[in-house]
Amino acid sequence: MTDVQEPDTTSTINDISNTPSTTPRVPPKSGFNIDSNVLMKELEPRVRELRNSLGLLRENITALVGLGFVIFIIIIALLAPVICPPTSADPMYIPRDFKQPKPPGADGHILGTGNWGTDMLYGIVWGARTSIIISLFVVITGVLIGLVVGSIAGYYGGRIDNLMMRITDVFLSLPALILAMAIASILERSLENMMLALIIVWWPSYARLIRAQVLSIKESTYVEAARAIGAKTDRILFKHIVPNAISPLIVAATMDIGAVVLVAAGLSYIGFGVSTGSAEWGRMVSDGQSWFLSTVYWEGKAYTASWVVIFPGLAILIFTMGFSLLGDGLRDILDPRLRR
Amino acid sequence: MRLTNYIIKRLLLLIPVLIGVSLIIFTLTRITGDPAAGYINEKMTQSQIDQIYEKYHFNEPVYTQYVYWLNGIITLDWGWSKTYGGPVTDAIAYYFPATLELTLVSIFIAIIIGIYLGIASAVRRNRPFDHVTRVVSLIGVSLPIFWLALILQYLFYFHFGWFPSSGRASNVYYLTKSIPDITGLYLLDSVLVGNFALFKDVLWHIFLPAVTLSFGTIAVVTRIMRNSMLEVLSLDYVKTARAKGLSERSIIWKHARKNAMIPTTTVIGLSFGGLLGGAVLTESIFSWPGLGRWSATSIKLFDSNSVLGFCLLVAIIYVLINLAVDVLYAYLDPRVHLE
Repeated sequence: MTDVQEPDTTSTINDISNTPSTTPRVPPKSGFNIDSNVLMKELEPRVRELRNSLGLLRENITALVGLGFVIFIIIIALLAPVICPPTSADPMYIPRDFKQPKPPGADGHILGTGNWGTDMLYGIVWGARTSIIISLFVVITGVLIGLVVGSIAGYYGGRIDNLMMRITDVFLSLPALILAMAIASILERSLENMMLALIIVWWPSYARLIRAQVLSIKESTYVEAARAIGAKTDRILFKHIVPNAISPLIVAATMDIGAVVLVAAGLSYIGFGVSTGSAEWGRMVSDGQSWFLSTVYWEGKAYTASWVVIFPGLAILIFTMGFSLLGDGLRDILDPRLRR
Repeated sequence: MRLTNYIIKRLLLLIPVLIGVSLIIFTLTRITGDPAAGYINEKMTQSQIDQIYEKYHFNEPVYTQYVYWLNGIITLDWGWSKTYGGPVTDAIAYYFPATLELTLVSIFIAIIIGIYLGIASAVRRNRPFDHVTRVVSLIGVSLPIFWLALILQYLFYFHFGWFPSSGRASNVYYLTKSIPDITGLYLLDSVLVGNFALFKDVLWHIFLPAVTLSFGTIAVVTRIMRNSMLEVLSLDYVKTARAKGLSERSIIWKHARKNAMIPTTTVIGLSFGGLLGGAVLTESIFSWPGLGRWSATSIKLFDSNSVLGFCLLVAIIYVLINLAVDVLYAYLDPRVHLE
């Protein structure tokens, strides 16, 4: 069996080498024109792959738990306007009553209130949106840059490769949080600039990953075959090599979604990124810290304000854990060497 | 001899990386605002400001500026730290021992606990202990470190009152000026002068921040140690040891552990960079007077000179540690080919 499967033009070879297909072949209907027939045939191995993967997903407890967390967070983020309708034009602005923090359950605040009386539940719910936006934007942009740089470096090799890899070396020689700090320190403090700093930090690792994949795949026989039938370079690169190089990238990107949120929370905690009082989990922890462990009174009873820090931190933990678990499970599922 | 050649080659390869890092930092210093701003304070007269421009060549083309800037870096002129109220290099020298002590103790904790947990879960593979360790180490890498710091403070300082919440030693020692100043590492210094009460006090103060900082590293070390231990346990020489009739205990802790440690060494070295990043957050929460807290304060005061100085220092340390780890790896594992 080959290490890497070519899902595209060599579907007949796959049919021989693999267990017989469980999907019934699509019978050529007379009403179909040639194009859609070809399309169905092209899609068939992909559909089968997907079905296999879904089957493996169902058996993988780690991935399922992670997926559960992720779906839960996505639903909360999507339903944010329903759960906590925004009260001002800017939904990032947490509604507040400018009073002392109240304990969970008080006055209709399910998770209590924080600094300046900001509603914790609102912050957590809309913070899920902020986190998803930050992490997806950073990871997707990083992956796209890494994909282009990495595949060009890996495919062409030589001087281009050397130059590009030395550039990534430099970026990777700094710890993520420190480099992001350095970049963010000279930019104006805003969410956009924080994302820019994170993208600059994250793309090199994807470029390295893709380059390593392309290097090994470009030597495989089906690439040689494609070259032999006279396929153009861009077709070989983007139709034959990149689709097969992408699995480890998906795994890395999934795990990084959690990691990005962790670093982003750290950056907003020390004061980069969103302004104080915004629905961002790291910022909520640092806002709540001034009240943490101080005594507040509600209806004559004394409370130690711990909720101002505990809830937003838990939200970060659940988010990061969900994506790490999912990524960990996906690694097992997507790696063709580990299955069948 | 081969090892020496390898080290020399690796040192030469460091040069382009360090030049790249310096280019990034230099670009960052020049991208926004006036680079002179870091040297100027409110009390200066116009002629003094002109002197600053003259002295640091801010009125010359960018590439000459870079050469002068690089020259400054090499001759240890890293600019003025507003936060510290002195040159950046002085600030680094002042804050460095505290951070070094904290990271060393954290690494120590991470090595002891991580290696033990890794071996124990490899031996009990797929049993409850292994699963629990896996989940705990997953939580370890997913925890926001600043949050963990606050929670540990809440539990062990506020709730149980077992540990202090901030500082490197009790105020008594500062007031009576009885902290020796030899290396700046309080733990070491107190032993050197034989003051064991102080040693205990410092240990008591360093415990919470060090545990906070080591949490993520423990998780990573456990994972790697478990995997490499599993790999080693399936090798022939372990079977031979079993066939000889050695006790399982000595097979695991002597024969297998030594070889399983090799990949773990690399990871421990690499995690040093992460620790320095985490120190920024941990030190600010535990009021630890080190580099991390200094740079976090600098960020709040928009003192980019200090922040970039800190980043440059971390980059240099990180690159050197990577080199040291590679060399150590080659030394520990004779199978590694030195290219």
